[in-house]
Amino acid sequence: MAPVLSVSDLSVRFHLHESTVTAVNGLSFTLDAGETLAVVGESGSGKSQAFMSLMGLLAKNGTATGEAMLGDVNLLALGNSALNQYRGRDIAMIFQDPMTSLNPALRIKQQLAEVLVRHKGQDQRTAERNALEMLERVGIPEPAKRAEAYPHQMSGGMRQRVMIAMALLCQPRILIADEPTTALDVTVQAQMLDLFKNLTNDFGTALVLITHDLGVVAGIADRMMVMYGGRCVEKGPTDNLFYDPRHPYTLGLLHSTPHVAKRAQRLDPIQGLPPSLEHLPQGCAFHPRCAFRFERCFVERPPLLPVEDVREKACWYQGELSYEEVA
Amino acid sequence: MQASVKNTRDEDLIKVEDLSKYFSIGGGLFTKPLQLKALQDISFTVKRGETLGIVGESGCGKSTLGRCILQLLTPERGRVLWMGQDIAALPAEEMRKHRKDLQIIFQDPLASLNPRMTVGEIIADPLRSLMPQLKAKERRDRVIRTMEAVGLLPEMINRYPHEFSGGQAQRIGIARALITEPKLIVCDEPVSALDVSIQAQILNLLADLKDQFGLTLIFISHNLSVVRHVSDRIMVLYLGRIVELAEGDDLYDDPKHPYTRALLTAVPVPDPKRARQRTIDGLVGEIPSPINQPSGCTFRTRCRYALPICAQQRPPLESTGTRMVACHRWQELELQSGA
Repeated sequence: MAPVLSVSDLSVRFHLHESTVTAVNGLSFTLDAGETLAVVGESGSGKSQAFMSLMGLLAKNGTATGEAMLGDVNLLALGNSALNQYRGRDIAMIFQDPMTSLNPALRIKQQLAEVLVRHKGQDQRTAERNALEMLERVGIPEPAKRAEAYPHQMSGGMRQRVMIAMALLCQPRILIADEPTTALDVTVQAQMLDLFKNLTNDFGTALVLITHDLGVVAGIADRMMVMYGGRCVEKGPTDNLFYDPRHPYTLGLLHSTPHVAKRAQRLDPIQGLPPSLEHLPQGCAFHPRCAFRFERCFVERPPLLPVEDVREKACWYQGELSYEEVA
Repeated sequence: MQASVKNTRDEDLIKVEDLSKYFSIGGGLFTKPLQLKALQDISFTVKRGETLGIVGESGCGKSTLGRCILQLLTPERGRVLWMGQDIAALPAEEMRKHRKDLQIIFQDPLASLNPRMTVGEIIADPLRSLMPQLKAKERRDRVIRTMEAVGLLPEMINRYPHEFSGGQAQRIGIARALITEPKLIVCDEPVSALDVSIQAQILNLLADLKDQFGLTLIFISHNLSVVRHVSDRIMVLYLGRIVELAEGDDLYDDPKHPYTRALLTAVPVPDPKRARQRTIDGLVGEIPSPINQPSGCTFRTRCRYALPICAQQRPPLESTGTRMVACHRWQELELQSGA
């Protein structure tokens, strides 16, 4: 089956006063129907900007190059009005902060119905009825009552459900969720992740989950893509990357994450800070923080190459990755 | 750091007795303000040298509790004893002497630093009011020593906060808390705003500083994995009340309160196979409004084990050995570890 989205050589650049910053550099990946792809990285890794560019939501000084094929349409080649045919209908995005993403002056049902009126040409009455159904579908109690509310009258969890409902109204083929549960309490987060799982199963929606939380990734993602300094450094099935990471940065992230079931004496953090995109290190961008680096890493950037059948990594080091080895 | 001799026999650094804190919301010329009961009947102790974790969902009162302990908020009822002494009852001048023993670290490191002060001024600031007897030279020496202790380079002393990343800014916040050589630091979500790799660095730093300076920590967070990692004992708050308080391992291996168990099962674990196997004790709905709390046990509206009695009577906080739990049914329920 052909993938629903196929991105190749995506780069995102921001033009500043006297320089250009490359936030995403040569990113390629595919997305299958019904699968969940987790995009993992720290702030400044380019994980959000890569997907903002697909939605045509880059800041004014940003440009995207490369190809992002949704079927036989290259999203990156479309202007704003052409993009509007696909945004919200085939590909939808939800953000971390549901409060700032909703219009505070409109009732919930108006915001939801607008999507259907616009994209599906439904009349107001039908659109509102469908909106109510979707609110119920995402687990909002008393949807008829809630639909009359304004965003500020709802809790964070409820607002995020409204956002998800809005994103799903047109049953998009792709849902991009940028840190969708970061602002929520754990019990609500668990409900939300459950909801995502059902949606990918029931509607066959492909889910892109942008997150820094490896706990969330472990529970929901089929595959993951780890980003650092604007590039993908490791990609593959979730289990493989968790139990047998091949890139030192993936290993470092796993060792930095506290586990609720274990009381380790100390975490093994990655030393140093994530790099500034304006001054990316020579060679491998991760080498200043890497415990496994050697001469080649300082001068030559490792390309993303296949390891085994299903996974890829960008690292020169070929030995076994374990902290005992280097200690 | 030397422990003062007269207090070494007294194990409890802090004793909180029946503390309640209410906030008034709204109200106008003709309308009565609503009362938000942020904390009710909170009693616990913190031993010298331990780390007490406080967890709960947003709005459960965990930050309010931290601020009441530091006397940044005045409680409606109850008192906070600091080494056996009620410091709120002391005259202002006496209280100031104790202020330097109690410090706080905030969640948003950049927002909690004055953008117009240099790092050196920020870190030295508590000394001006709390230890005014220090001379400029002594003050500067102390700042540099403290910067080194938290992993900041002394040559950064004249820089401004905006030149620092989130992790470094949090180190500045920690240095500012440490400079008065406190005995207790309340850490209010100190790593929530940080990247994963930086979060681990700051957690390790706090652990090192705790050993090095003999600190006692109160660690407030909504992240149960982080709290588990740093805490000796853990308190679980729900709608302003303690529902369970126990040693870290006991709480995680054998939760007695249904809310504790639900929280534990909801925590995402960074282990795909485990994540697939475990059953999440799905709590229905969200935390009720603290203005309009349910009768009886406030957790009953989300509790799958609730009985009629739970709506009628509030369960008392019962002590059993090292554990405290407030549930009518804790003895009969067989809850498994969620993690």
